[in-house]
Amino acid sequence: MTDLILTPNIDGPDDFYAELLETHDGLTTEQSNALNARLILILANHIGDRKVLSQALGAARKE
Amino acid sequence: MNKIFETPLYPYTRPPDQDAAQTIRRRVVIIGAGPVGLATAIDLAQQGIEAVIVDDNDKVSFGSRAICFAKRPLEILDRLGCGQPMVDKGVQWNVGKVFFDDRQVYEFNLLPEDGHRRPAFINLQQYYFEEYLVRRALELQANGAPIEIRGGSRVIAIDQHDDHTFLTIDTPEGPYQLEADWLIACDGAGSPTRAMLNLDFHGRVFEDNFLIADVVMDADFPTERWFWFDPPFNKGQSALLHKQPDGVWRIDLQLGWDIDKEEEKKPENVIPRLKAMLGEDVKFDLEWVSIYTFQCRRMDRFRHGRVIFAGDSAHQVSPFGARGANSGVQDSDNLAWKLALVINSQAPDALLDSYDTERVHGAEENILNSTRSTDFITPKSDTSRLFRDAVLDLSERHSFARPFVNSGRLSVPCTYDGSPLNTPDALPDAPARTRPGSPCVDAPLGNGFLLDHMRGGFTLLTLNADAPDSITEGVTANRLDLPAEGQVAERYLGGAASAVYLIRPDQHVAARFPTYDEAQIRAAIRRAIGASQ
Repeated sequence: MTDLILTPNIDGPDDFYAELLETHDGLTTEQSNALNARLILILANHIGDRKVLSQALGAARKE
Repeated sequence: MNKIFETPLYPYTRPPDQDAAQTIRRRVVIIGAGPVGLATAIDLAQQGIEAVIVDDNDKVSFGSRAICFAKRPLEILDRLGCGQPMVDKGVQWNVGKVFFDDRQVYEFNLLPEDGHRRPAFINLQQYYFEEYLVRRALELQANGAPIEIRGGSRVIAIDQHDDHTFLTIDTPEGPYQLEADWLIACDGAGSPTRAMLNLDFHGRVFEDNFLIADVVMDADFPTERWFWFDPPFNKGQSALLHKQPDGVWRIDLQLGWDIDKEEEKKPENVIPRLKAMLGEDVKFDLEWVSIYTFQCRRMDRFRHGRVIFAGDSAHQVSPFGARGANSGVQDSDNLAWKLALVINSQAPDALLDSYDTERVHGAEENILNSTRSTDFITPKSDTSRLFRDAVLDLSERHSFARPFVNSGRLSVPCTYDGSPLNTPDALPDAPARTRPGSPCVDAPLGNGFLLDHMRGGFTLLTLNADAPDSITEGVTANRLDLPAEGQVAERYLGGAASAVYLIRPDQHVAARFPTYDEAQIRAAIRRAIGASQ
């Protein structure tokens, strides 16, 4: 099993970052929060690996 | 005609003990004639152990209360001789629907595995469940079994001694004293016994109120479990609709924390809520209304010397998942054979400590599941609600999100992994579901089912393996040779070529080996009756 990747791993980082922000265009904070929650669940399911997910949760909490 | 829950089934009659010159000593006294107390008494009486139930009431439970009974408790009731009337009367269901806001987000089917005598679940009002247990107890008593239900009898004082407890019991004709070798407290979540003995009960209280209504209606709702998150008729809250026998429907409506309970219970406030849910045109009668809050908590220990707690008196869960009465019946299943062996001097007193170990494990599992369901149904923070709603939103279109939806993880039997009564698994190629600690998985056998053949005592199951007809090591295990084919083989052999299982009286696997080795089996039996420590 691989560990959580914490080094650059996305081709075209600027493109992705812009798309991420565009996805939130026109949404209220409440709608954005809801979108973020859906996004997290979709990505978590794609990763699937419980160990990697726990590492990601820890990294997000700055542990 | 009166409803069954309005009919006295075991009215107070003056027992001879009340007029005895000297205080009478009874073998086992059980406080509480609910599902757990009755099941325990029946189990003991079937083994010839005297069991006296005392209850301050004389009727079955008022209102439907526990309504969802799972396969494992039904199998236990088969062993107690009253599973069939429950299943005959109960409503079977497999389909559940989940609604979010104004739309159905998905539908599930329990798709129960075939090759079991009993269905995954039945819905049955607790008053019927208790009625059939009372009838079974009275039938045993009529046939000379040492069982008795004393109605109108309230225990008001308990003195604990090393080898008995001393009870003061109040009755309509005044109090009397009784001694009990063993006392089993099955007196519910608010257990007066626990209070009298000053014992702890720790856990979480959930700040929420639920309205439960039993509604009698001729409606064409299908026999399914319908659960709503945030429906238009109960904004920001949840709702449940579930069918019971006799055209009675259970409706649960979440009300939130800051409400006036007495006001909310009034029919003029309940009926508009139900009409908003069911439609203005549906005709219905209210049979029973209650408002409850819930808690997930348990005692640190279920055994206190000669006083043993079982069911809600020992552990309390939220109703989501049907883990209250179902786990209580499993407590009684675990306790009765152990207590009988200790009373008959066939096993050391320490065997009863394993009741504590195993059922604390079961309670922990139930509390964990029930707490998680509650946190999903009633999110405790904005972030918790954010993710809950995101899950529900996604579940409509994406199947990956559906396993996150938690409207109650329905009761499944506990496997006693790590129990001191287990012998380490010596048959790793056999299925994990029948590993030591597991309840036996049912399977078709001849014209009936496997579990029909395990109705008390230890059993030695053999598949493709020789063994004597019986073996005695403190207790006797009788052999049951199984055909090494079909679902029995799938469930007990798996990848193994042969198998020998030692099964406890509560139908849990104590040990399994590839072949019969007398010394190993004797050691496994000693371990399973707590005699090897």
